Amino acid sequence: MGLLVDIRKDFGPFRLNVNFEAGEGVTGLLGASGCGKSVTLRCIAGVERPDSGHIELNGRVLFDSKRRIDLSPQRRRVGCLFQNYALFPNMTVEANIAAGVRERGNRRAETERLMTSFHLEECRGKYPRQLSGGQQQRAALARILASRPEALLLDEPFSALDSYLKGQIEVDLMERLARFSGPVLFVSHSREEICGQCGSVCVLDRGRSQPVQTVRELFEAPATLAACRLSGCENLSQAKPLENGRLEVPDWGGILETGRPLPRGMSHVGIRAEHLRAVAGPGINHFSCRILRRIHEPHRAVLLLKAPGENLLRMAWPAERAVPAGDGPFWVELPPERLLLLTER
Amino acid sequence: MDWYPLYNSLRIAAISTLIIFFLGILAAYYVAQAPRLVKGLLDVVFTLPLVLPPTVVGYLLLRLLGPKRIVGAWVLEHFGVRLTMTWWSAIFATAVVIFPLMYRTARGAFEAFDSTLAYAAQTLGRSNTWIFWRVRMPCCRQGILAGTVLAFARALGEYGATSMIAGYTPGRTATISTTVYQFWRTNDDAMAFRWVMVNLAISAVVLMAVNMLERKERGKRRREQTKEEAAD
Repeated sequence: MGLLVDIRKDFGPFRLNVNFEAGEGVTGLLGASGCGKSVTLRCIAGVERPDSGHIELNGRVLFDSKRRIDLSPQRRRVGCLFQNYALFPNMTVEANIAAGVRERGNRRAETERLMTSFHLEECRGKYPRQLSGGQQQRAALARILASRPEALLLDEPFSALDSYLKGQIEVDLMERLARFSGPVLFVSHSREEICGQCGSVCVLDRGRSQPVQTVRELFEAPATLAACRLSGCENLSQAKPLENGRLEVPDWGGILETGRPLPRGMSHVGIRAEHLRAVAGPGINHFSCRILRRIHEPHRAVLLLKAPGENLLRMAWPAERAVPAGDGPFWVELPPERLLLLTER
Repeated sequence: MDWYPLYNSLRIAAISTLIIFFLGILAAYYVAQAPRLVKGLLDVVFTLPLVLPPTVVGYLLLRLLGPKRIVGAWVLEHFGVRLTMTWWSAIFATAVVIFPLMYRTARGAFEAFDSTLAYAAQTLGRSNTWIFWRVRMPCCRQGILAGTVLAFARALGEYGATSMIAGYTPGRTATISTTVYQFWRTNDDAMAFRWVMVNLAISAVVLMAVNMLERKERGKRRREQTKEEAAD
């Protein structure tokens, strides 16, 4: 049961190759812009056709290139919340929601029920352009649920909202998604949104999907360079494996001890800004740096450090401690247990 | 003054606009969605009458519809009807000449249409016919309306192809434009001037209608904008 996706599509310079499974609950699809997230959703919804592959929803085959099955979007029962919500501008909120109800008989009753449940009674006669962003999102979601979909696809649902509106709407959406029984795909480029809405996540990197993992895994132990970058890791360097779990890191100019066996094909190493530690002097994994800049953020400071290599290191500094002053050498430790060992793919 | 040319011009323009309204939209709808190569080719064919001299259009139509030509002869033989030199022959001429105007404005409107609206409707289970009439057409209404008015105005003023295929017979095939020419040719300056004034009056009314449509659209957009700014 759930949603099974295994599709390929060639766009010339860009090749989509996506393969994942999403069960009940919210699965995130995380990737930088232009990595193929939206196309993937369109292929699942049936408004775009993959070159080859297989899509299955709760045991129902929606698309299969070998068996020449390609259900129309009308028959897939996949609800899609588009980035701009795609409300019909020529219809009122009420008519928009009614347009989603499939059975003629209970159209009015179902529309009323949904308008009540989504707090849209006051805007029933309004047109989409007269609604706030949050109301538009609610109306679009109500319209989708009116069509009784078996799966939900959400394409960057917060990108059209002002950030100060987002918080409340995010909580509201999370509650509504929790009540939906069926797989939900949540597409986003933002790790905060994925973190807030999803249980598991599939990272998409330049058209290729990586294995589904839990959100916790993504943030604590990302396995690939793309996943690590998307999880918000500030410090990344190329890494040349040496023997005994040691690494050469040319971008930072030094050798690192990892204290564990290196994964096969590893090419990069990462460490989060908050995991760098200030130390007194030389030692294992200690680097002599100079503080280039001190950036004061609302709840912490960030030090930009010039390491022996080409790349800068970013180090988080807690707000309650005084930021170190002076131009002298500043020693930091990259604790071995905090190093993230990464492969390219 | 014999008002027949006015009546004849209006009915020719009205009928040809009605026909081209549907044909133009149909052509625009398919071209807007066609693959690139087909699109380029069809676009050239459909736009051609816009740049051809009306006399060339008239000549081609006579080649096709004349009583001794393929289509004309066939219709004459099977239905006993001559396709040229009747009042409605002018409809062929005006229809061909105004088709590109309707087609191009409608295509512009369809191409500006946000196709995610159609996708959304499809995933909601709505048929493509429903989407066309309930979403696509209403969203493209302004462009299509403007195209229709423009096509109608052009049909009223058609002279070249009309005079070739329908000729000038007072009280039968005379239109405003052919009447003006006829009076001028026969040195009846007063009558020619009257018909020129009639023509100017009609054209002014049509252009005012186009402007009103545009102003309505612009006003709507401005209202939306101020609303958005107020919301910010």
